[in-house]
Amino acid sequence: MASATAHHDDHPSGIMRWLTTTNHKDIGTLYLWFALIMFFVGGAMSLIIRTELWQPGLQFVNPDFFNQMTTVHALVMVFGVVMPAFTGFANWQIPLMIGAPDMALPRLNNWSFWLLPPAATLLMISLFVPGGGPAAGWTLYAPLSTSGSPGMGMDFTILSVHLLGMSSILGSINIIATILNMRAPGMNLLKMPMFVWSWLITAFLLLAAIPVLAGAVTMLLTDRHFGTTFFNAAGGGDPVLFQHIFWFFGHPEVYILILPAFGVVSQIIPTFARKPLFGYVSMVYATATIAFLSFIVWAHHMYTVGMPLAGNMFFMFATMLIAIPTGVKVFNWVATMWRGSMTFETPMLFAVGTVFTFTMGGLTGIMLSLAPVDTQYHDTYFVVAHFHYTIFGGSVLALMGAAYYWMPKWTGHMYNETLGKWHFWLTVIGFNLTFFPQHFLGLAGMQRRVPDYGLQFVEFNQWSTVGAFLLGISQILLLVVVIKCIKGGKKATTQVWEGAEGLEWTVPSPAPYHTFATPPKIR
Amino acid sequence: MARSKKQVERSNRRTAMVLTAVAVAVFGFGYALVPLYDLFCDITGSRYNVQASQATSAPGTQGETRQVTVEFSAHTSSQLPWEFRPLTREVKVKPGETVIVKYFARNTSSETVTGQAVPSVLPAQANSHFRKLECFCFSQQTLKPGEAKEMPVRFYVDQKLPAGVNTITLSYSFFRTDVKSKPRSAVIEDRAGTARRGS
Repeated sequence: MASATAHHDDHPSGIMRWLTTTNHKDIGTLYLWFALIMFFVGGAMSLIIRTELWQPGLQFVNPDFFNQMTTVHALVMVFGVVMPAFTGFANWQIPLMIGAPDMALPRLNNWSFWLLPPAATLLMISLFVPGGGPAAGWTLYAPLSTSGSPGMGMDFTILSVHLLGMSSILGSINIIATILNMRAPGMNLLKMPMFVWSWLITAFLLLAAIPVLAGAVTMLLTDRHFGTTFFNAAGGGDPVLFQHIFWFFGHPEVYILILPAFGVVSQIIPTFARKPLFGYVSMVYATATIAFLSFIVWAHHMYTVGMPLAGNMFFMFATMLIAIPTGVKVFNWVATMWRGSMTFETPMLFAVGTVFTFTMGGLTGIMLSLAPVDTQYHDTYFVVAHFHYTIFGGSVLALMGAAYYWMPKWTGHMYNETLGKWHFWLTVIGFNLTFFPQHFLGLAGMQRRVPDYGLQFVEFNQWSTVGAFLLGISQILLLVVVIKCIKGGKKATTQVWEGAEGLEWTVPSPAPYHTFATPPKIR
Repeated sequence: MARSKKQVERSNRRTAMVLTAVAVAVFGFGYALVPLYDLFCDITGSRYNVQASQATSAPGTQGETRQVTVEFSAHTSSQLPWEFRPLTREVKVKPGETVIVKYFARNTSSETVTGQAVPSVLPAQANSHFRKLECFCFSQQTLKPGEAKEMPVRFYVDQKLPAGVNTITLSYSFFRTDVKSKPRSAVIEDRAGTARRGS
């Protein structure tokens, strides 16, 4: 903490530089590489899932391993890819965007990153212990995760979730402290860029949701080994209680995954439409409203557990309310583009793609919010399609857009525009080919998390598998673009993009190791 | 009015401390959800009740013309090696009248096993009007290897039962309480039981 504002011009090199670094740019880079590696790990798991689902019957893996793949794929993608990647962007960009010399608590920042590799290792080890990895689904529902998973793989997973949670709590404390205390003089809250705003709100969501998850998995652990019966009916507990506690965390969690993506889109679209963001203040309030609502809608994941009618009705109407602030945001993005002088460089393609696919995921979300219809859709591929449209089509596309948008500032080189555009189009085509047919599969009744299916579902599943491999293989392009951009390329200017505005575009490209040692002047 | 380095560090530390306290409090809140959940279920009456009714006997059926069908069902946890079923499928009762029915349980394993039955009543609005005077679910039950037992349930339906409820289902789930679940073997079998199809 002592070095919050201190500066050293020399720093250790080699591996020690990365292990001991307290520099926000170094830590941001670490987060982003970690997320990229885990993206390929989690992606490989999804390809195992899709391979098994190429045909009905059991072809390649046994059902237990299939369940482990669906579980670990989800845990990796949520906790190992999307959350660390956005934290990486927060580390790199928030100090640059608010004119701060570094994060508020640099040493804590180092810790919150270095908790992640052990957490990921624990999760991966769980796949190789006797009894196998967690197979209860990422939601870890009791009793599947208690008496249903006697192997030690589940314990590894629980401890891994503890570490991942601790990392993101520390990260969010740091982000809040940075945004509240380290802004350059004159940058009041309503002058902050939208990405910073969305991260401030996300960090509060993390702080209010992740400890509840930590509590839930701790209860699982004590139920498993220390004789408590929180979720065991024989001892007076209730398995449904686990679902309530889990989703009390779980629903804010999905907004934790998407709000920073909203922030990214709100940065990219004004740049390439060459117009200021339409309705900035309404964007801020809409984001805060979504965050608030996220805490009172959790049981819409549980319409089929037998809640009283009044409960179902409350959660249904509260959920439908979320469509209003979300609609405000989509409207504002479209209004920002309206009559703008738009150009479609790769970041803009990804941003517009995000708005488009996320809106589709939002609409299927409204369908799922309806308690009477959800009874049919529950636990089908319709749900799988829905959350992949929001999390891949929303968060991951936005992450990629953000990477293309800020990479020239980080490396000092322009990325290869042709490859970038190829990457975009292959990604959206592969993505839609994978997940669009799953809507139909779900509506027709194909259940999720089952390695086998009825013969009538063959064609759509094969489309989906082809799409998944197209999507997976085209991500190699992303890796190629990133490496090429680090190695060289056209020199990036200070402003990088013609329409870019904000403090991060006033420092040279590549951004020097230390920036804003003296606070910038805000107009 | 730029603040000094010291001032910034102090406010950073204060913010971090406050936020850490928030995180700890939220962790506690997660645990507080457990009693809150019980409380909520009690208030809304949507929770099964393993306690005996306050009354010691049924109030009688004076002035009651309704007939309500009470159905009985039984479920056994996969970890409890018992045969467990109701001896009566359904009875027609007048609200206020005391009724006795019996459930049958037999230990099919070669070890002594203890279990706990958890009742539930449907529809939910009948839950608080279904009064158990005597029930095997009030305590744990132990059966020796091969032992069989008939277990009575004495109950009445109180007269405040909302009109329109003509059928009530009483269901018991029996759980094992004496051992932890057995570990799954390291060799994973084809648990779905689906043989390879096709070529």
